[in-house]
Amino acid sequence: MPVTPVLTAHWKVPGIWSLETYERHGGYRSVRAAFDLGPDEIIKMVKDSGLRGRGGAGFPTGMKWSFIPQGDGKPHYLVVNADEGEPGTCKDAPLMMTDPHSLIEGIIVASFAVRASRAFVYVRGELVHAARRLRNATAEAYRAGYLGQNILGSGFDLDLVIHSGAGAYICGEETALLDSLEGRRGQPRLRPPFPATHGLYNSPTVINNVETITSVPFIVNNGVEWFRSMGTEKSPGPKIYSLSGHVTRPGQYEAPMGTTLRELLELAGGVRGGRQLKAWTPGGSSTPMLTAEHLDVPLDFDGVMAAGSLLGTAALMIMDDTTEMVPVVRRLTQFYAHESCGKCTPCREGTTWMVQILSRMERGQGNPRDVDTLTDACGNIFGRAFCALADGAVSPIQSGIKYFPEEFAAAATPREQPGSGDGVAAGSTNALAGAH
Amino acid sequence: MSVSNGVRTGLTPSESATVPEAVTGPAGAGVGTGAGPFGAETVAAAAEIIARYPIGRQRSALLPLLHLVQAEEGCVTAEGVEFCARQLGITAAEVHAVASFYTMYKRHPVGDWLVSVCTNLSCSLVGGQQVYDRLSEKLGVGHDQTTADGKITLEHAECLAACDYAPVMTVNYDFYDGVDPDTAEGIVESLARGERPMPTRGGPLCTFAEVSRQLAGFEDPRPEGVAGTGFLEPSVAGLTVAEQAGWRGEIAGTEPVDGPAGAAPVEQVLPDEMPADGARSGAAPAAGGPAVTSAAEDPTSAPAAPKTEGA
Repeated sequence: MPVTPVLTAHWKVPGIWSLETYERHGGYRSVRAAFDLGPDEIIKMVKDSGLRGRGGAGFPTGMKWSFIPQGDGKPHYLVVNADEGEPGTCKDAPLMMTDPHSLIEGIIVASFAVRASRAFVYVRGELVHAARRLRNATAEAYRAGYLGQNILGSGFDLDLVIHSGAGAYICGEETALLDSLEGRRGQPRLRPPFPATHGLYNSPTVINNVETITSVPFIVNNGVEWFRSMGTEKSPGPKIYSLSGHVTRPGQYEAPMGTTLRELLELAGGVRGGRQLKAWTPGGSSTPMLTAEHLDVPLDFDGVMAAGSLLGTAALMIMDDTTEMVPVVRRLTQFYAHESCGKCTPCREGTTWMVQILSRMERGQGNPRDVDTLTDACGNIFGRAFCALADGAVSPIQSGIKYFPEEFAAAATPREQPGSGDGVAAGSTNALAGAH
Repeated sequence: MSVSNGVRTGLTPSESATVPEAVTGPAGAGVGTGAGPFGAETVAAAAEIIARYPIGRQRSALLPLLHLVQAEEGCVTAEGVEFCARQLGITAAEVHAVASFYTMYKRHPVGDWLVSVCTNLSCSLVGGQQVYDRLSEKLGVGHDQTTADGKITLEHAECLAACDYAPVMTVNYDFYDGVDPDTAEGIVESLARGERPMPTRGGPLCTFAEVSRQLAGFEDPRPEGVAGTGFLEPSVAGLTVAEQAGWRGEIAGTEPVDGPAGAAPVEQVLPDEMPADGARSGAAPAAGGPAVTSAAEDPTSAPAAPKTEGA
C-alpha cells in the first residue's frame, strides 16, 4: 500500500511556513470555499467524511461539532490541542514547525463551522520552534485579513491566540487542558458535563487535535468521496504514522488508515540491523504493547482495538529482540508517576509504588509476589480515575506481563547482585540500549 | 488574600502601600513603578499578555505571566508570584499552586543554558540515558542542577515529541537531534566556552530569558529565529518514499489548482543537504562546531511578512 502524503505533502517545500509561499501552493483556498458553503454544510461534510479525532480517542469529529448548541447566545470556542507529549508521538510538532499555516487554515474553517469567534492553540511549552512559527503565521494571517474582523468580507470574525503550556503531559487531556488554559493547575474535570456544552469559561467548546483540524481544509477542498477513497470504512482518510525506536529510517509516514506495521516497516527499511521485531506500541506508550504476531493488524481504530490495543496517536515505538522488557516497562511507568496530576489517589499512589516495585525487580531484588502485586495494582487503577492517564499507565505493565511473562517471572526471582550504587539508572542504561 | 500576601517577603514598601487586593485595570496601574525587576516595562508586557484573553477571563494569562516572570529572574521567585497575583487580582497562594504544578517553572535560577536530555523510551532505546549520564558526569551536576559558574542547568526530560530524531536533547528548547554522548559533550563544551552551537532544528540559540519571553507569547524578534530549520529527513521520511516511488499522483486532489506544484523546488534542495539518515549519522553537531545543518528550507524566503503587507 502506498504512502499518501496529504497533510505532509508540502512539508519539503522551501519556505512553506511563510504566507506567501503557502498561498502560492494553494493555501487558504478552503476559507473562501467554506464561506460559500456555510457552517452547517461544513459540519455535514466533516460528518460524512467519517473523519475521526487524531489525538488518540478517535471520536467522530463531525459529531463532536454537531453537539455544539446553536443560537444559544453564548460565546463558542475552538481549542486546538497541540500539547503533544505522549511518548512515541511526534507528528504534530513537525506539522507546526513546517507548515503552520495549514493548521491556521483549518482553525478558520472549523471555527466558522462551529460559530466560534475565538480560537486558541494550546501548544506544548517545550515546542518553542513550533510556537515561533505559529505566532509568525498568525501575525501574517492577521495582516492578510484571514484573521480578525470581517474575514475576507464574510462578516465572520475570528481571533486566534497561540498559548504556550508549561510542561505537563496531563494537559493533553482535554479537560485538564481547559483548566490549564484558564490559568489553573492542569487537572481533569469530571464529565458530564462535556466541553461541547460546558468547556472553556463554561461555554460551548470544541477541542480537537492538530492533525484533525488540519485535515478539514482538505475535505472542504477535495470532497467527502476523495477523503473516503483512503483508509477503511469506519476509519477513513490518511493518517500520519510515527515510527521510532529500533527502526532503520524513523520518521513520519502518512499512509491510509488501516496500513499495517509490516507495510510501514517495509517503507522504513525494517527493524534496525536486520534484527527481529520483539514488541511495539501501536499508538504511544499508553496503548498496550503488541508483538511480532500482530504485524498484519490493520492500523485503524477498530482494527487495533480488535487486537487488544488502541490506535492512539499511531505512534509506533519499535523494540527489537535485544530489548529487555522489565526496564522498558519501568521507564514508562516512571513517566506516568511523574506526570500523574495527583488528583486521583489510585493513579497518584499506584504509579509511584509500581515504579518502586519495577525498579526493585530490575535491580535483581524482586520477590515472587511482585507480578501478582503489579497485576492487582493495575486492576485497582484502571477505570478508577477521572481521566485516561491512569488507564494508560497500566497499559505497559499489563501488556508486558501478558506477552513476556517469563521475563517478569525471572525478574521476580531474587538474584544475587553486588551493591551497585543507584542501580536504577545504571541498570536502565545497559538494559535499554546495551545492544547499540 | 492578605494572609498569603503577608507571608511573602520581598514586597517593597511602595508596592505594599499602593497595591490593591484586586486590580481592576489590566495594567495594574502604578504597581511596577518602583525599583526592582518588575518595573514599568514588565507591567506593560503583562498588560499586553492579559489583553489577549477575553474580558473578565484574565486568569488565562497566568501561564504566560509566569513565563514572563522567568524571563526577568530565571525562575519563579516569591516576588514573581506576587507580581502575577497583583496583575490578575488573585492570591499569591493561587499563583503558587499553579507555578508549582508545571515542570517548566523553575524554583531555582536556571543558568543561561537549560540543557534537557530526553530519557524516555524512544530515546533510551537508542542511547538517550547514556547521553544524560555523560553530561551529568561532565558537568558535575544532576537533574535540575546548575553548574557552579551558573551557566548551564541540566535536566532529564520526558518525551520531547521528537522520537523520530532520537536521541534528542534541547538547549533552551531548541533541538539537537540524533546526538550521542560525544556530540552532546561537544555541545555543552561549546556552551561553556561562551559559544552558541547551532541547533539542528529551531532558531539560533536564545538565552533562557529570551526564550522565556517567547513562551510568554511574544514573537521572536529575530528574523533568523523563525526562519530556523523546521525539519530534517525523519519528518519527511514518508514523503521521500512517495517521491521515489512516484506516488505523488495519488494525491492529485490535494495539489493546488493554481501556481506551480510543490514538487519542483523540492528535488533541488533536499538530496544533498539531507542524507537519508540525516539526523542520526550526518546531522548531529560536531563537537563545538559551527552550524551543522544549514537551513533545509529556503532562507531567501524568510521572513516573508513584508511581502504580504499589501494583501
